[in-house]
Amino acid sequence: MSRSSRLAVLLLGAGCFVPSLAFADTSVSAAGSTALQPLVQAAADAYQQSHSDIKISVTGGGSRTGLSLVSSKSVDLGDSDIQAPPGSDALVDHKVAVIGFSVIVNPAAGVTGLTKKQIQDVFNLKVKNWKDVGGKDQVITVINRPASSGTRAVFIKTIMGGATSLPPTLTEDATGTVVQKVAQTPGAVSYAAFSGTHNASGVIELAIDGAAATEPNVQDGKYPFWSYEHIYTNGPPSKEISRFLAFLETARAIMGKTGYILVGDMKVSENDR
Amino acid sequence: MVGVRAGKAHRDERIALVVLMSCSGIFVVAIALILGFLAFNGTELFWGDRYSLFSFLFSSDWDALNGHFGAAAFIAGSLVATGLAILIGGPLGVAIGVFFSELAPKRVASAFKPAIELLVGIPSVVYGWLGLTLLVPAIATTFHLPDGDSLLAAGIVLSIMILPTVISLSEDALRVVPVSLREGSAALGATRWETITRVLLPSASSGLAVAVILGVARAIGETLAVQLVLGNAAIFPTSLLQPAAALTSEIVMDMGDAPDGSGFKHALFSMALLLLLIAMGLILLIRFALRRRT
Repeated sequence: MSRSSRLAVLLLGAGCFVPSLAFADTSVSAAGSTALQPLVQAAADAYQQSHSDIKISVTGGGSRTGLSLVSSKSVDLGDSDIQAPPGSDALVDHKVAVIGFSVIVNPAAGVTGLTKKQIQDVFNLKVKNWKDVGGKDQVITVINRPASSGTRAVFIKTIMGGATSLPPTLTEDATGTVVQKVAQTPGAVSYAAFSGTHNASGVIELAIDGAAATEPNVQDGKYPFWSYEHIYTNGPPSKEISRFLAFLETARAIMGKTGYILVGDMKVSENDR
Repeated sequence: MVGVRAGKAHRDERIALVVLMSCSGIFVVAIALILGFLAFNGTELFWGDRYSLFSFLFSSDWDALNGHFGAAAFIAGSLVATGLAILIGGPLGVAIGVFFSELAPKRVASAFKPAIELLVGIPSVVYGWLGLTLLVPAIATTFHLPDGDSLLAAGIVLSIMILPTVISLSEDALRVVPVSLREGSAALGATRWETITRVLLPSASSGLAVAVILGVARAIGETLAVQLVLGNAAIFPTSLLQPAAALTSEIVMDMGDAPDGSGFKHALFSMALLLLLIAMGLILLIRFALRRRT
């Protein structure tokens, strides 16, 4: 056996057996909602600049994944668009921000605002043409988020009057795809977070019951399509984590830039809706 | 001196044997773990959640957050998209394989072969993206649909994706037909076309079957490209022009956010198990086809 082939075999063998090594001391891990991820990431970046002793890693995965990871103590912070289900008593809820969502339509629909009832009819497929809700003669193409999506859950809760399910339609699983699809498809309608829709071209954000999709309207309680963003800890947070959460909850500049609203700026609470 | 060398060589061989055996051992264990894990989680829906296997397979009532796990729409979506891909890509791939192995001048064949192999290496997201930006709008315009996401789009994208597999395998199947058969056919005065249709295709049939079956396997497991152009609507397919959903696309859309330990997650695992069983069935078919040849 030649020297080089022996080396190859040994390297191959080593490849099978090398354990993964990880060094971590004062680190905080966060995972979950992809809607909340940009805010937590931006806040973590800013916080680490002034606190070099703390290392915060932020990943996505989805709200329910975040909840299950923090329940099993696999991560320190579970980011979620939705409230933890009843029975997860160990989890402590921190409402860190408010996020607004828009119902978006393709300009060919010819509508700029709808009532809640009209939106319900559109998504229940009772209305099939925009002309029946004051728009142009254009077929409606409804695009939903997948069943497990947090955005869909908020939509159902705040707009669809708590309907248990929606009829099956086209489905896209990421904010970017949804916005692009609505912009491309004449008569398409869907919904996504402000951060993905405010600056998007080719889509119209609908006013709901006469209130435009703006941050001030969310704060005043005029616009109904919003939700709290939650960060869950398993048990009371440690001192370091508390400090980071306090920083996050008051980071007005970062929130403005990434499309969130301070909980402290809200003039209404979830129960008033 | 010779003895020392021989002893050293002997020791080297033993080390190599142990290392390689351990590596393949790990591989076998990994495969067994994957199978066991899927079998366990994929049947939990029926044991743990008491959902009926019949409803899972034959009902298209999918409302996963409310305990309805009828996967028929996804199963049908996967089968129709794959069937369409084979209908288009199978004959086309075999025909191109015949052309390269029998008819193409050497220079042409040697220029195209690398091109075909390159097609295998194109990531599926690229196929899906091209489908999304070129094919989907084209289908919408052609058929006057508001949106071109459809089984037809998925079938066409998949047919292109399986082409390289079908082409190279059918070419190989034809090349291994013994020269004596070709010569015999020519000696009997058969034309080139007669030789291909009456002699080569029949005698390469098992190899061609393998080519097509591997195409099926590739198509049914494809996820990303399908998800991009299929529309992901959990509706039982009744038309090629409607949006639909496939087993793979449904799994990838919801696996991240479906709550752990819920019937929802278990149903997704059952769909994954079903895909695995289909893949195993296809492999058995291939073995059967190859055994017939020998």
